[in-house]
Amino acid sequence: MPVGFVMMCHTALDRAAQVARYWAQSDAPVVIHVDARVPRAAFRQLQDDLADLGNVSFCRRFKCDWGTWSLVAAAQAGAEKMLERHPEVSHVFLASGACLPLRPVAELNAYLDRRPWTDFIESVTTADVGWTVGGLDIERFTLHFPFSWKKRRKLFDRYVNLQRRLGLRRHIPDGLVPHLGSQWWCLTRATLSAILTDPDRPVHDRYFRRVWIPDESYFQTLVRLYGTSIESRSLTLSKFDYQGKPHVFYDDHLQLLRRSDCFVARKIWPQADRLYKTFLAPRAPSLAHTEPDPTKIDRLFSKAVERRLKGRAGLYMQSRFPRKDRENGKTCAQYSIFHGFADIFENFDSWLSKQVTARVHGHIFGPERVEFAGGETLYNGCLTDSVALRDYNPRAFLTNMIWNARGERQCFMFSPRDNQECNWFTATDPNAQISVITGAWAVPLFHSARPFHEVRREAARLQKVEQAHLDILRSMYVKARVRIWTMADFIENPMEPLQTIIDELSPRTARRLTEAPRLVDLTGFGQFLQNLKNQGMQPRLMGDFPMGEDPRPATGRRGRPYLVR
Amino acid sequence: MKTMDGPRDLRAVLKMRDLRAALKMRRRRQRLLWRALRARHALHPVADRTAAIAPGDILAFACLRNEAVRLPHFLAHYRRLGVRHFLVVDNDSTDTTRALLADQPDVSLWHTAAGYKAARFGLDWTTWLQIRHGHGHWCLTLDADEILIYPYWETRPLPALTEWLDAEGRPSFAAMMLDLYPRGPLEAQTYSPGDDPFAVLSWYDAGNYTIVRRAPMDNLWIQGGVRSRVLLDAPRRGPTLTKLPLVRWNRRFVYVNSAHAALPPRLNRVYDDQGGEAPSGLLLHTKFLPQIVQRSAEEKARRQHFADADAFAAYYDRLIASPDLWCPASTRLGGWRSLEARGLMSRGGWI
Repeated sequence: MPVGFVMMCHTALDRAAQVARYWAQSDAPVVIHVDARVPRAAFRQLQDDLADLGNVSFCRRFKCDWGTWSLVAAAQAGAEKMLERHPEVSHVFLASGACLPLRPVAELNAYLDRRPWTDFIESVTTADVGWTVGGLDIERFTLHFPFSWKKRRKLFDRYVNLQRRLGLRRHIPDGLVPHLGSQWWCLTRATLSAILTDPDRPVHDRYFRRVWIPDESYFQTLVRLYGTSIESRSLTLSKFDYQGKPHVFYDDHLQLLRRSDCFVARKIWPQADRLYKTFLAPRAPSLAHTEPDPTKIDRLFSKAVERRLKGRAGLYMQSRFPRKDRENGKTCAQYSIFHGFADIFENFDSWLSKQVTARVHGHIFGPERVEFAGGETLYNGCLTDSVALRDYNPRAFLTNMIWNARGERQCFMFSPRDNQECNWFTATDPNAQISVITGAWAVPLFHSARPFHEVRREAARLQKVEQAHLDILRSMYVKARVRIWTMADFIENPMEPLQTIIDELSPRTARRLTEAPRLVDLTGFGQFLQNLKNQGMQPRLMGDFPMGEDPRPATGRRGRPYLVR
Repeated sequence: MKTMDGPRDLRAVLKMRDLRAALKMRRRRQRLLWRALRARHALHPVADRTAAIAPGDILAFACLRNEAVRLPHFLAHYRRLGVRHFLVVDNDSTDTTRALLADQPDVSLWHTAAGYKAARFGLDWTTWLQIRHGHGHWCLTLDADEILIYPYWETRPLPALTEWLDAEGRPSFAAMMLDLYPRGPLEAQTYSPGDDPFAVLSWYDAGNYTIVRRAPMDNLWIQGGVRSRVLLDAPRRGPTLTKLPLVRWNRRFVYVNSAHAALPPRLNRVYDDQGGEAPSGLLLHTKFLPQIVQRSAEEKARRQHFADADAFAAYYDRLIASPDLWCPASTRLGGWRSLEARGLMSRGGWI
């Protein structure tokens, strides 16, 4: 028992003719509906093109507008003609002029022969559909829609709102439970003729004439009255984007379409020569009864939709430049900032790079140059060590650096001497791990040979800068993982905080630290702080350093690496 | 109700400000259109084949000078993409450019000897041609050293893209300029007309671009790349890489500054600011073919390419010295998918 195709055409009639010919020559009768807007000459041309095929006919033409009753009327006319003219047809398949058969008709016939009473139509109750775009589901059935959504959007929206406010509701005819679904279906002769010859059909038609987008609900609702065995899925592979517009298939989708094992796909780009040539070439039907399996395509499409809507976290580029707080990830990967560590430990960066699997940079925001790991002058993505280029847009520099090094964690040193412009950005970035030793900036000053009045002025400046940074790090907006110690506290017991930071940095390779970084010489540091005080400056951020007692770790001699256990 | 007054006043002020900005941009657009209208007198038709333009054809507009070396590949590339007609202004070429173009069946050619800089770097001329011939068409506005690629460009011609953009309701398409360079000194390379330029120019800077959004036109200002890295001293002078080469043209549209930004401002909204990715392509920039070295000497003297020509003397001097722009961090040019993976372009929901 062959399947019959009802084709709804309005553009690319040459392609529609090709497909109709393919079906007709495979002994599947075809009824074509051509939009009444198509010029007479083009329609005549289509008729002439298919004149040699006895099982192709044309039904009454309607002027079709998107989302209106005319589409249902056209489908009804086509289906009526099919049932009347071809009594041998057991299933009717509704297709469009942009559809392309992916498998031979014989395979579809065999598939349907094994399911003689099954209606293939997506039919979902309004409460369960998640895909209605525009937020209208049950309201499609209960409101009035006198204005075109495509041409008079504002009026459409306002009238919907007005009806909601006034509580206007249409009465749904008794016995109907609104269902929605794809407008491309394949119904059995029994179900279809029951729908079309129902004595209540005038009632149904009158009601659906005023429903919004009835082509997605007329057959989908009525099939629930008559269908004996409903498979709620469409045999037509048809994907919609997040705005509800159908996706188009191109030549490069050939393999994807082939592997989907679907019977029919839409929409096909009319110029996709390779698709039409491949799928309309005569082929022997395969005997393996493969089920259609669109999951691969589904996955690809949902990935693309996600890319379109959410984008790649941490990427700033010509077509993705999110406003503040819309970033979906300010940076693309986790990174660590070590504030003050390099001032109190000798060669802290080389020590750190031995402990963790990460790229450890120096002060990348340093005032003289960008201190990339290993003293490099160039880094991934052609970032250079030029301060001018970095300071032109420090934020872009940071996000570029993290993006360019995707797959490798980045660590860098920081201090109040550095460019401070990214402080808010890093503090509010959940990818940042910020560890701060406050007051450590005083150590290089303590070691410097500069005149004391300069040192004093610089100390006051750095303290102010660091205080501003600390205010940010203690604000309620912080999203980064922030840890703050005073220098005095840290020096007293450095191993525990270091262990915590490093465990967090590489959780999978957690191991005990065996070697501490070497502390710089701090003999006389307490006196130095006292001198600053004596000059009228108040060093607040270092913690408690009593004069005379030089700071040193709780165990081991000053300046010597020590072992824990 | 008293508490409501504050914000409402502020809103009214903001609205007024928006309105004022919009009016200002409108006046600017009208002024530019008027300039273009005046500029038509400078154009003299050499070969006018515009009668062959059919509705729906994709058109390419270009203003160029002495590009005989690049043109064969340029024309071949865009013909392959499905450009149906080229409308070209020849700014007084002294090589074989004019003869070459006049012989092409799908090129309409105009000649002018007027100043390039005075004509807004040629934009007044192309804007006039767009008013006259571009209305309702998807129009490419290009330089001879710009090769457009977009997602799937090898398998889907431009009409596939423009039809999709139409369906998405997008009137314009972004394609940032990507400077390509050879490995080794510029002049040590060889390139002859018709060759694939990317056999020579096969390296680029992948991740050193900076972006800011600019009011009031809402356009992005992308800078950076190899020119900022090697050739320029002040990052502020870095080349503007933002481009909107493909627009569904209306005779009321204008480009403001090369094809970097356009009016009305909605044409500049080619990016997503809510975190998503809009579609975009790239203009592969073939500027650094070996001929650039000799040409730089010439351009330095002509002073037609920058508003503040003196500031770019050092830039030309560096180019004249035939530098090696390659560095160990450079990335080798791959297909569009690798460029997309590096975050330089995006298919933005086009599957």
